[in-house]
Amino acid sequence: MVNKGSAATSSSTDEFIKGLWRDNPVFVQVLGMCPVLAVTNSGINALAMGLATLFVLVLSNALVSMLRHFIPRQVRIATFILIIATFVTVVDYLIQAISLDLHRALGAFISLIVVNCLILGRAEAFACKNSVGRSILDGLGMGVGFTFALLCLGGVREILGNGSLFGVALFPAGFQPWIVMILPSGGFFTLGLWLLLFNYLKGRRQARQTLAQEVGV
Amino acid sequence: MNNDSLWSIFLNASLVNNFVLAYFLGICPFLGVSGKLATATRMGGAVCFVMLVSSVCAYGIHHLLIAIDAPYLQLISYIVVIASTVQLVEMFIKKMSPTLFRALGIFLPLITTNCAILGLALFQTNKGYDLLQCVVYALGAGSGFTLALVLMAGVREKLELATVPDMVQGTALTLMIAGILSLSFMGFAGLGA
Repeated sequence: MVNKGSAATSSSTDEFIKGLWRDNPVFVQVLGMCPVLAVTNSGINALAMGLATLFVLVLSNALVSMLRHFIPRQVRIATFILIIATFVTVVDYLIQAISLDLHRALGAFISLIVVNCLILGRAEAFACKNSVGRSILDGLGMGVGFTFALLCLGGVREILGNGSLFGVALFPAGFQPWIVMILPSGGFFTLGLWLLLFNYLKGRRQARQTLAQEVGV
Repeated sequence: MNNDSLWSIFLNASLVNNFVLAYFLGICPFLGVSGKLATATRMGGAVCFVMLVSSVCAYGIHHLLIAIDAPYLQLISYIVVIASTVQLVEMFIKKMSPTLFRALGIFLPLITTNCAILGLALFQTNKGYDLLQCVVYALGAGSGFTLALVLMAGVREKLELATVPDMVQGTALTLMIAGILSLSFMGFAGLGA
């Protein structure tokens, strides 16, 4: 909404880019925490969960945006949830068909994509106010940002907790894995540390901006 | 069918496999409403109630869906039931205590998207509990959620008075505390097995 005046192409790239870094759903907006913590004990689980969420996010954004003139305001949240639940059911059966092992590893968390606040949040904040194309781009950007964040967590936890990445061993045989990283508490610690890093970067950027202003004055 | 004793179901859901600290369900309200002890307790109460009602409803729906042979409707019908229960609770709280209604704010309607509740409905279906086991499971999960929320709120109220570096303030710090809480809950492992 900020750059209304800019050319159409640049603003639509912006819809995509913003989800990757500046408004990253996990590190900046802190949305959709439950799957972020629960399924990131290995890189491959994190990737699968990220892609499943991306799929649901893009399709539900598209459908919500298509139907935005027909949905009455009072029942919009219920409608969004129904749309999301439909796509999640599709994904659930899809993953079951592609890889049963993966389906078992992710367990109930595939169904729980329904209640990922990120998806409902995008439907409510973006898709029901914007055109189909922009909503799809927004969904793609947010979905890729979400997958990126999941990989950041899953990668760190698998490397430290298991000494491997995507199942490939990285360290020589003498490596003592940090079991705690695979356990639930490891998820909290790792996410906490990532947020810390993001806070630090943000703080440094702000400090630099204020410094630049002072020098300018 | 599942033959777990009621006591072990309760212990399992509330302590050993605590929904928040071991299964990571309901993290959003856990991070969002755990600032004040009083609000945390009431939020826990509201979640407990919604869990209890939706657990019983989910049990009924599951059997109905089996009867009409339409298991693919499971997710959609569960979420509709949960949404209506939350609506009911919201109206009730608005009438009974407007102060609490304002304190809970956006997190009250967001109970609908609290994964703990949908997770509970899905887990109990997977485990094949009967009605009584479902009720006990819901009570255990609800009390576990409340316990985690209250513990967290207690710690955070104390932290208000401590000085922490600017960088760590906010969610990062809360997550670190949650990690330590989760570590300590691991001590319960094997208790209700």
